[in-house]
Amino acid sequence: MATVVPLAEAVGNLVHDGDSVAMEGFTHLIPYAAGHEIIRQGHRGLTLIRMTPDLIYDQLIGMGCARRLVFSWGGNPGVGSLHRFRDAVQNHWPAPLEIEEHSHAGIANAYVAGASGLPFAVLRGYRGTDLPSRTPNIRPITCPFTGEELTAVPAINPDVAIVHAQRADRRGNVQLWGITGVQKEAVLAARRSLVTVEEIVEELEPRPGAVVLPEWAITHVSEAPLGSHPSYSAGYTVRDNDFYQAWDGIARDRDTFLAWMDENVLDRKAAR
Amino acid sequence: MTVSPSASSASTASSGADAYTADEMMTVAAARRLRSGSCFVGIGLPSVAANLARRTHAPDLVLIYESGTIGAKPGRPPLSIGDGELAETADAVVSVPEIFNYWLQPGRIGVGFLGAAQIDRFANINTTVIGPYDDPKVRLPGAGGAPEIAASCREVTVIVRQSPRTFVERVDFVTSVGFGSGPGDRERLGLRGSGPRTVITDLGVLEPDPATCELVLTHLHPGVTLDRVRAATGWDLTVAPGLRETEPPTARELAALRALTGGRG
Repeated sequence: MATVVPLAEAVGNLVHDGDSVAMEGFTHLIPYAAGHEIIRQGHRGLTLIRMTPDLIYDQLIGMGCARRLVFSWGGNPGVGSLHRFRDAVQNHWPAPLEIEEHSHAGIANAYVAGASGLPFAVLRGYRGTDLPSRTPNIRPITCPFTGEELTAVPAINPDVAIVHAQRADRRGNVQLWGITGVQKEAVLAARRSLVTVEEIVEELEPRPGAVVLPEWAITHVSEAPLGSHPSYSAGYTVRDNDFYQAWDGIARDRDTFLAWMDENVLDRKAAR
Repeated sequence: MTVSPSASSASTASSGADAYTADEMMTVAAARRLRSGSCFVGIGLPSVAANLARRTHAPDLVLIYESGTIGAKPGRPPLSIGDGELAETADAVVSVPEIFNYWLQPGRIGVGFLGAAQIDRFANINTTVIGPYDDPKVRLPGAGGAPEIAASCREVTVIVRQSPRTFVERVDFVTSVGFGSGPGDRERLGLRGSGPRTVITDLGVLEPDPATCELVLTHLHPGVTLDRVRAATGWDLTVAPGLRETEPPTARELAALRALTGGRG
């Protein structure tokens, strides 16, 4: 049964030091407001899971929240590097970061297995690449029917999944649309879940093609207007491509990064 | 048309109304390789070239981005693979598991269009690390959709600027398989697509030799010397019999490209 609570309370209830946390949203609907709340609450030792770490995990990594990162593409889309991610991997700053590296197809299928109650997923993937030699969670498997050699990855079942959506009703039923990524799979794979939304409405108008997450499949819903910025929420906001480009300069230098985080994240309270 | 490309690949070809940069030649040459059908588009150089193809000779080209947008028709090349305009203009928007499992994995998509940080003589691609994995000199973004795009699209086109840093004897990390270590490797690995068909650079075009699977030079872009390509290649480059010169960009191609990129090349 979802309960609608303020963001700070939701994060406080759901995220604990050492948890595995999947914050999904494939370019679209990235839950920045919730990420910032995790940073403000000062969580440590997290295993962060996300296909594309994006700026949100660059920020969490740079602020020392992460012990381990499970990911498939760690760049600033169309811009270049994630400098805080790179600094952590190359120079262990601010702390060493273990990585578990996959392809998009691998992580997507691992979430599907997690949501499906299966121990692993099978795919035609990774064959011939160097990824299996570096990621023990990528293993060969033989098809019991054809004998064909395929690849298996274990299910991802995070302690907490956090996603952002366009809207929810007062009972906590969630509706999201546009590029829907792996949000549904992440929420259904997780033990606990938080959905932040642009707005809470009296009633959800049916919308063709939208993903609906029924309230009984979610733990908490929190209203977080503009909570996906600099990502976006189709129908509400547009992607702030200028900020993605500006981030390259902000994150390149440790002190500039820390000053930006102080001013824009730590000194601000959650919107509500 | 008067074209006199300068010696440096990054700089602008010299005077004249039809002057163009080496990057523009590369993008135009890549776009020309795309015909009708479907194309799984990587971000950056591949996205610009694929959008150029759709604006010029291949209006029916179906652009597919890994964000799940099938048949996207953006007005400008998007910054990310998930910009809102891709979803708004798409024929269909599907989830990420669906785009990889139902559309890419069974071999439904014609061309996979990829970039690279390093590429080797068997067209294996590295986008993961430069240097040792555990102590990298440069940590790159990683795999994304590329390993499965390279495995499962019916064929692959690669676009990459050519230099001794990018064209190496052996990639530091195999992120995406071209031909592995030579003939028979794709079949042995169970990769069902036919693999890289063309590698387009700012200097020319390379294609795999059908017998050896090794990339050989088939085209030089106008004004580029063979010596220069050899100097930019980290292995002993074989030149195809009947090496040809790429047709320079037409005025129409250049106008369409500059309209797409706002003149940024």
